[in-house]
Amino acid sequence: MSCPAPSRHTKPSAEDCVTGFVDLRNVRLSYGGASSATLALEDLTISVAKGEFAAVVGPSGCGKSTLMKLATGLIRPNAGTVEVAGHEVDGPVSIAGMAFQNPSMLPWRTTLKNVMLPLEIVQPHRKRLSRERSRYVSLAESLLELVGLKGFGEKYPWQLSGGMQQRANLCRALIHDPALLMLDEPFGALDAFTREELWQVMRDLHAEKQFTTILVTHDLREAVFLADKVFVMSARPGRIIETKDITFARPRPIDLTYEAGFNDVVHELREHIADARAAA
Amino acid sequence: MSEDRWIKLAPWIWTIGLFVIWESAVRMFDIEVFILPAPTDIWQAIVKYWSPIWKNSLQTLWTTSLGFLMAVVGGLALGLAIGWSRNIYAGLYPLMIGFNSIPKVAVVPILVIWFGIGTVPAVLTAFLIAFFPIVVNVATGIATIEPEMEDVLRALGAKKLDIMLKVGIPRSMPYFFGSLKVAITLAFVGSVISETVAANSGIGHMMLAAQSQFNVPLVWAGLVALAVLGIAMYAIMALIEQKMTGWAHRSTAK
Repeated sequence: MSCPAPSRHTKPSAEDCVTGFVDLRNVRLSYGGASSATLALEDLTISVAKGEFAAVVGPSGCGKSTLMKLATGLIRPNAGTVEVAGHEVDGPVSIAGMAFQNPSMLPWRTTLKNVMLPLEIVQPHRKRLSRERSRYVSLAESLLELVGLKGFGEKYPWQLSGGMQQRANLCRALIHDPALLMLDEPFGALDAFTREELWQVMRDLHAEKQFTTILVTHDLREAVFLADKVFVMSARPGRIIETKDITFARPRPIDLTYEAGFNDVVHELREHIADARAAA
Repeated sequence: MSEDRWIKLAPWIWTIGLFVIWESAVRMFDIEVFILPAPTDIWQAIVKYWSPIWKNSLQTLWTTSLGFLMAVVGGLALGLAIGWSRNIYAGLYPLMIGFNSIPKVAVVPILVIWFGIGTVPAVLTAFLIAFFPIVVNVATGIATIEPEMEDVLRALGAKKLDIMLKVGIPRSMPYFFGSLKVAITLAFVGSVISETVAANSGIGHMMLAAQSQFNVPLVWAGLVALAVLGIAMYAIMALIEQKMTGWAHRSTAK
């Protein structure tokens, strides 16, 4: 590891350590009982630097979603270590925001109230919420505006299209200003045009807020367009078989995705995955 | 007239049609009144015995409502507990299935031993029979929280109580209010069963007394009174359901 030994005068902290913001080292995870255990991840090592946008791709069933649960502390590894922001994860990390393919908006709440749900859970917002409600409401409204949902706050989720619900879902994941954003195929269920629109929304959100992001996806173009770094996972038990730095200059225009250089990268990743599937 | 208006009128037309067919069939085939009284005979009985029908209806309505209210409170509480804890669920569910499969009329003699004949066994029978659908529905509503939603909240550090208050309980409300319609109908079954077996007032008792005197139109008048009470209570429950959980209907109506 490139983490220097702490000097005797300073306590070790995230700043001293130049390893990643999210670090999974030699992680192993199996599901089920001792006799019928399924090995989901084996000797998996990933490091994502602060502010970096990482994408994880791989054949289906390779444990990508398990990775998300590990990094947010929802499950614990059987072996190896998981560190987020310089601390070993021993329970849910409240600095993370999550968004899944299913927008899972609560139908009895307006979009604005759905977006504000994490504020009712996470400290210190939770205790401030009732006193500073108007400030938080305008925060939520400006976030909705940023994703193109200005004026939709009072609508109920069922009044929004799938793409709009997914935008609101992103807002909900970001409302408490998380240092880490975890996305599990958030655009998977959308049509191609809406998906490209949301890629750009995501690109702009990341450019503005600079949160560390881990995007789990099986869409290689999505991974290459959005990420600084793409991890390719093997078939189960999942390991990282390739790490690819994506060096296209930011801000990236959507037209980039139709250029030859872009397609070369996508192609290269695709071959890695084809190999991983063949090996399985 | 537009089709919508016909659809609105349809329940009335069909009901009136049924009574007209009934009446004409009785007259045409000259059916004896103690086999099947005509609607007009029943109506005469209702007018003639209005005072006892009214008093006994109030008694039945009172025992049913009381049992139903107990079932609502108890069912909601137990449903939340079962939805909350997998341990409580695993332990209690088989017991409840077993208990629910006992015909409630078989419990009435025990209730009579404990409480004597009268209002108390009727209330308790109504409670016992109406309780189960409420428990099952509330527990189902809580148990079917989307796992993604739970993950999102747990990753934020939400405690079990947070998840229940923010998601589980609101989510189970459409199930709960939906179950009230079933429960109120069952509560009538319970109270009338108990009244027929062991009571000295209520519609069930009145019908039994009328039967023993071969006053068949009054027996049928009792049935009509029960139907009216049942429909009225059902309508009230449906209205409450609509008012309380309109969001659930709107979200599927789209």
